[in-house]
Amino acid sequence: MGIRVHLAEKKPSIGGRMAQLDKTFPTNDCSICILAPKLADCFRHPNITLYTLSEVKDVTGQKGGFTVKLRKYARFVNDDECINCGECNAKCPVKVPDEFDMGLRKREAIYLYYLQGVPPVMAIDRNHCLYLTKGICKICEKFCPKDAIDFEQKDLDVVLHVGAIIVATGFNSFDPSSITQYGYKRYRNVITSLEYERLICASGPTGGHLEKPSDGKPAERIAFIQCVGSRDIRNNRYCSSVCCMHATKEAMLAHEHNPNVKSYIFYMDLRAAGKDFQKYIKRGEQEYNISYIRSRVPKITVDQNENPVIWYEDPESSKTEKMTVDLAVLATSLMPRSDVKELAKVLGVELDEYNFFKTDPLNPLDTTRPGIFVCGCCRGPTDIPESVAQASGAAERAAEALHEVMMA
Amino acid sequence: MNEARVGVFVCHCGTNIGGFLDVPSLAKYSLTLPYVIFSQENQYTCSETGLTEIKDAIVEKKLNRVIVAACTPRTHEPLFRSACKDAGLNPYLFQFVNIRDQCSWVHMHDPEAATEKAKALIRMGVARAVLLEPLEELKIEVTPNALVIGGGIAGMTCALSLANRGFEVKLVEKKDRLGGTLNNLYKLYPTHDEASRLVQTRIKEIEKNPKIEILTSSEVKEVEGFVGNYNVVISQGENNRFFKAGVIIVATGAEALRPVGMYGYDGEKVVTQLELERILRERRFKANSVVMIQCVGSRNEKRAYCSKVCCPTALKNALLIKEANPEAQVFMLYRDMVTPGTEFEDYYGKARETGVVFIKYCPERPPVVENSSVKVYDELLDEELSLPYNLVVLSTPMVAQADSGDLAQKLKVPIDEDGFFLEAHVKLRPVDFATDGIYVCGCAHWPANIDESIFQAYAAASRASIPMSVGHVTAEPIIPEIDEAECSGCGLCEMACPFKAIQIERTEKGRKAMVIAASCKGCGACGAGCPQRAITMKHFTDEQLLAQVHALAEVTP
Repeated sequence: MGIRVHLAEKKPSIGGRMAQLDKTFPTNDCSICILAPKLADCFRHPNITLYTLSEVKDVTGQKGGFTVKLRKYARFVNDDECINCGECNAKCPVKVPDEFDMGLRKREAIYLYYLQGVPPVMAIDRNHCLYLTKGICKICEKFCPKDAIDFEQKDLDVVLHVGAIIVATGFNSFDPSSITQYGYKRYRNVITSLEYERLICASGPTGGHLEKPSDGKPAERIAFIQCVGSRDIRNNRYCSSVCCMHATKEAMLAHEHNPNVKSYIFYMDLRAAGKDFQKYIKRGEQEYNISYIRSRVPKITVDQNENPVIWYEDPESSKTEKMTVDLAVLATSLMPRSDVKELAKVLGVELDEYNFFKTDPLNPLDTTRPGIFVCGCCRGPTDIPESVAQASGAAERAAEALHEVMMA
Repeated sequence: MNEARVGVFVCHCGTNIGGFLDVPSLAKYSLTLPYVIFSQENQYTCSETGLTEIKDAIVEKKLNRVIVAACTPRTHEPLFRSACKDAGLNPYLFQFVNIRDQCSWVHMHDPEAATEKAKALIRMGVARAVLLEPLEELKIEVTPNALVIGGGIAGMTCALSLANRGFEVKLVEKKDRLGGTLNNLYKLYPTHDEASRLVQTRIKEIEKNPKIEILTSSEVKEVEGFVGNYNVVISQGENNRFFKAGVIIVATGAEALRPVGMYGYDGEKVVTQLELERILRERRFKANSVVMIQCVGSRNEKRAYCSKVCCPTALKNALLIKEANPEAQVFMLYRDMVTPGTEFEDYYGKARETGVVFIKYCPERPPVVENSSVKVYDELLDEELSLPYNLVVLSTPMVAQADSGDLAQKLKVPIDEDGFFLEAHVKLRPVDFATDGIYVCGCAHWPANIDESIFQAYAAASRASIPMSVGHVTAEPIIPEIDEAECSGCGLCEMACPFKAIQIERTEKGRKAMVIAASCKGCGACGAGCPQRAITMKHFTDEQLLAQVHALAEVTP
């Protein structure tokens, strides 16, 4: 009954970007709360096989009869034995920036990708584990009560025979260091939206307290700088679609945490076209102390207390003004993943001029190779409701392809 | 059943609950309640780790009742029930206590009182849980036929997809031909393909597909039944057609607002974008100075929303004008250019390069259309401009079909304040209705571009295919049970039932109420109104509910 599905994920756990978000517009549902049941459903569904730490290395054949070679990298932890007790990482001496928390926190070399991650088991980071890099330590093995650590695990090549393939590899966030006039990485109180999401999230590095990275004091005046890397001919010409809305959400959350918060959103065009999005913006203005200022910010400097100073043209007076805030949040562009060209080559599909997977408006979920479909941000910037609808749609396209083969 | 052994799991939900309520004290308090032999706090009870802990506790502590005090049963009850089931416990022995929506969210500024309220709710939950009884889910057969309402691009795409997967489809269209809004369009953005070509291609595919029956000039007259078994009456002029459908897809689209009384609209010198499309298609376009006004009748008090398709439509028509007459001046008066994503932003750039002039106006000082010129205050220049014109084009929003409310009522599904159909959950179920077996796609749900209408159509087809390919659905056994000896056949329950799920039948013992389990939604209206107390609502018995009331008041009956 139903269609068998192999779900391959590069990271140690499924969940993707949504797992990193605190809440989601336009309902302000807690992100992990609505994601967690889906994670559990995928994990326990009898028709779904999960392959984490896995990458597609080769695809041959055609619609209805693809052969896929999957490289499943060693986790060095036995999935069936690990009970996720945390004895191992409590002892691990290695400390490296945590990718899930956008580097705002350190993690160990043996780690759980994130708290609600599925499968709920540890993984060993082969690039930082002392034993795997220098042949010393193995302290995790010593303290594991279930003997779940297995340094003998090898990378495996798994061969799958499938009738259709769906690509849903998501996005990367633009690195704003190259826009030097914003001072990202030079000024501690200038951060990106994804970093902000982790800062304000209860399971994030500050336990959900919105603190200024420079001195740990509460951030009460916040500037959101829109279109960072987007609508910018030097970087990405396109609009990232979701930033007007997520900035509004982020400003709302700050105000929910602390009613003294005042937020300013510096934007070019306010793009709030989805269902109930305009209402959301209005609520932001009326109930959450958000001011929208139509101005493209030319530069950010800092004062003597490391407070960001936003330079902008006041649309009312047409004069250059300066505004000092506690925190500046850069709405960085949604970009194709850095390894997307390699993946497209393996899949034998074309990318568009921006390196998103190429589709055409009348066949919005079909790639250029029959039998391979696409959904979510890897086909262009997309919000969550649309990603979910596209996902169901891509599943339909795949089911059609399988039906065609079965009937042939 | 043996004596109740209750386990209580109290969820922090990160800080959603734990940031406001004293969760450790709730777990501790739970242990003081009768029959509670185990309690625990979880960071996230719904995580795989939390679920495993529930399952382990059921086995190790021999729990026969499980309570989770957490977010809301609306999204999470199915998950915890299935965890119970996995551990061998009947899922109807699970009890949800909502301490997020009902405590931490609504009383976030009074954490102490919120914690006390949570204790009361847990106490009530335990009192009910002890009296819960195991129930078995009902299985309902599904007719593998689909009814698609609306023959525009969404409806046609959805019908084709379902038919390609082997399901029979009835495609119902109010007008005398398929195509919907596309029939009124000239070219499509951003590719400038002819709309009529797309329509003709789709119609040909549909006509040669033996699984699809096209019913044009037809309207849905009546729908009765439930998922898997809808009885549909379609009216075709004088005649009625009857058939059975397992699932229903709403793809009725939207229409463009006619701006009567706005900006001097007269259909001649001041036209809508749709009227401009016809002029362009019929090659009647002659103007050499065109002023387009965006957000006409939208983003205002009456219609707060942004209709999404108007900016790209205006860009398309501006580009087509420039193509038809490169000398023509085109001014576009806008509030925010809404061109999200990769293609539309390029499209906007292209229009600027072609020489279209963009002028930002503010709603407080809207443009004024005079006899031969449009006066507009340019916000950026801080200057009043006067733009001569021979054609003004108004970009009006898509509005819900005038009869969307009627259809919603027939299907018993909700619409929002603007008349668009309301999905079950914005993010988790964007093309489903809360009512099982009914789905929505395209502009009936919200203004959508063609690519969006198409992927939503595939999504709706996918969701609708699930019950049809499985062949059956399961329904909650939360239905009334009739005590035949007590039932006097008065018929009050039949009248009270909003779902036609209970009816009076003649039996050997006289008139008695009978339950149609598959139609029942478990609302309990029948039971509440029965003067004979002959109706027991399973899973919400009087005994269970009274126990909660007594627990709240801390009295023993």
